[in-house]
Amino acid sequence: MENMKVTINNRVLEASHGETVLSVASRAGISIPTLCHMEGLPPTGACRMCVVEEIGSGNLIPSCSLPAYDGMDIKTHSPKALNARRTIVELLLANHPDDCLYCIRNGTCTLQDYSEELGVRQRRYNGERSTYDLDVSSPSLVRDPDKCILCGKCVRVCEEIQGVSAIDFVGRGSATHIGCAFEEGLNVSSCINCGQCIMVCPTGALAEKDETARVISALRDPDITVVAQHAPAISVTIAEDFGIKPGTDIVDRMNGAMRRMGFDYIFPTSFGADLTVIEEANELVQRVTSGGPFPMFTSCSPGWVKFMEQFYPELVDNVSSCKSPQQMLGAVVKRIWTRDKKLDPKKVFHVSIMPCTAKKFECDRPGMRDGTVRDVDVVLTTREFDRMIKMFGIDLEQVEGEPADNPYGERSSAGKIFGASGGVMEAAVRTAFHMITGDELPNLEVKDVRGFEGIKETEVKIGDLVVKAAVVSGLGNARKLIDSILSGEKSYHFIEVMTCPGGCIAGGGQPFTSDPKVIRSRMMALYSIDSAAPVRTAHSNASLMKLYEDHLEKPGSHKAHEMLHTSYAEREVLK
Amino acid sequence: MSVEKINEILNQYPEAGRDKLIPVLQDVQGEEGYLSKESVRLIGRHLNLPTSKIYGVATFYNQFRFEPMGKFHIQVCRGTACHVKGSLPVLEALTKELELQPGRTTKDGLFSLEIVACIGACGLAPVIAVNGEFHARLESDQIPEIIESYRKKAV
Repeated sequence: MENMKVTINNRVLEASHGETVLSVASRAGISIPTLCHMEGLPPTGACRMCVVEEIGSGNLIPSCSLPAYDGMDIKTHSPKALNARRTIVELLLANHPDDCLYCIRNGTCTLQDYSEELGVRQRRYNGERSTYDLDVSSPSLVRDPDKCILCGKCVRVCEEIQGVSAIDFVGRGSATHIGCAFEEGLNVSSCINCGQCIMVCPTGALAEKDETARVISALRDPDITVVAQHAPAISVTIAEDFGIKPGTDIVDRMNGAMRRMGFDYIFPTSFGADLTVIEEANELVQRVTSGGPFPMFTSCSPGWVKFMEQFYPELVDNVSSCKSPQQMLGAVVKRIWTRDKKLDPKKVFHVSIMPCTAKKFECDRPGMRDGTVRDVDVVLTTREFDRMIKMFGIDLEQVEGEPADNPYGERSSAGKIFGASGGVMEAAVRTAFHMITGDELPNLEVKDVRGFEGIKETEVKIGDLVVKAAVVSGLGNARKLIDSILSGEKSYHFIEVMTCPGGCIAGGGQPFTSDPKVIRSRMMALYSIDSAAPVRTAHSNASLMKLYEDHLEKPGSHKAHEMLHTSYAEREVLK
Repeated sequence: MSVEKINEILNQYPEAGRDKLIPVLQDVQGEEGYLSKESVRLIGRHLNLPTSKIYGVATFYNQFRFEPMGKFHIQVCRGTACHVKGSLPVLEALTKELELQPGRTTKDGLFSLEIVACIGACGLAPVIAVNGEFHARLESDQIPEIIESYRKKAV
């Protein structure tokens, strides 16, 4: 079908059939504010922020759900449209708490931005304030329904993207609010702590549980040795909050900044990821020789692990028993390194900086401690860490780069690409190939599993064996894949599951962005680090091999199992 | 209510989907008097719906309750005639006296409170009904006395 011609703000633009005015305008660089619009999902037209004026009829129509038609004439920023938008914001503010100065989203709030853009300078409407309880029951998230504007994006992301449905609209009319079934806390709901709801929330109604204060007090305590690990997906995203180009890898400057803040030792989580690769590849090889159970699922994404425990408990034996890189490195630091260093593990505080809110939940799972000593004491998200850098007055542009600490400072780039969907698979295939054949994979890059596709498949020939593998991100996609496996339609040997769409680079703890280009550049950054890296496989990481030699004997040894593996069980939640 | 009883109701809706949610909720509440967590869970499993969704739908309608009814169920008429004649102060007096929000039941299980649109006794406005027993042309200061009389009955 031929493209249509539409006139927007006196410019004649091409539109394809079925395209919305919002999309045509956005391609032409015309930015129309939206509060409820979600890229890739059908429009709900709930917020009315995106109304545009149709010339001729003079009607205001929400552009998110207005299909373009040939010859239409639209003004996106006519006085009438602007006036309507300003009124919408004023009405939303009528019962909004006036505590922007104290709000966790101060500076990153969409409602605040629109209020500013539309020139709202006074409270014209005074509505009755709602007084809902804060939900602080979750280890990962805080919900403040008083700040909610009922755009419904959190409900949609939870249901339509993640297939979880922990929250929904409750009540009716002015008493409508977002909540869990029976007004329970998130902790007893089916919430998997992924934080994708925070990423889409336009206000401060949803936020990560801020634990910076605990880290700062540990840094201040002269008796405490503070050890930090930072996840592979942090160094390519943290720059964004400091005005540095998205996709810039600043791992060395980040180390430098952390030393200035007073962290005593810094290890990259990628070292833990390399360790995970070895243990997980070994587990895969064991399963291949002993006949299963298949498919084997990865276990590094704690949102997925909880999801499996509550929705697919029949898969507990299919999920790899490997702890995640965070918890492996945590165990190695607290249980091996402290002994080598002659430090009291009770006086070592292990901070983990993660792109993830679910990691806050993971570090408190059973088996993640040695006696009373936790392997990881606090998990900070990228955003919390950003706030700390700002609080400490550090200019990331000026800080000089520094390497991480030994003995766990060396990483392969296999452990770095963990941050992108497909990365764990690629890293594990590289090492499993080596374990089975003794050779290196002829082409280290497993391109089939890269990219943002929700479900990716590949077959890798390892010796005589053809390994059928799938990579899935976004748990709604995982549901589809698992259902097709349970129905017998599909079968695989090995499946990587990442909770967040695209993997950790788009994790629930990352800097806010709604721009897919930004997320893409984060992924590209990881793969260019990989292609330029001297060490690209976990099994070539010399310091990791030394760790095995000195302490862990060999992959899958009794000792490795004690320290680096865990178990799962069916989980009763309000689902 | 027993799991068997709920399953009996659910079995009357074989292969049902989300479109049967409201009739199922009505049937279960008809049997049980309210929607318990356990029954919502079972309904969710049967209709393949998350509990959050069921709760969301059920709270949209006034007819569903989530706590068992009290020994004395108080219906407060908030219809037009009663409103004009001052049913709001009556309702406020009740919520204050019972320390109870509409839709809820007191911890001792004695009283539950419900707002109804019109009970067809406009000539008696403002009116409340306690287990079907009408109290007509009320003033808010009569409420403590009325509640006390039911408290005595309960002993």
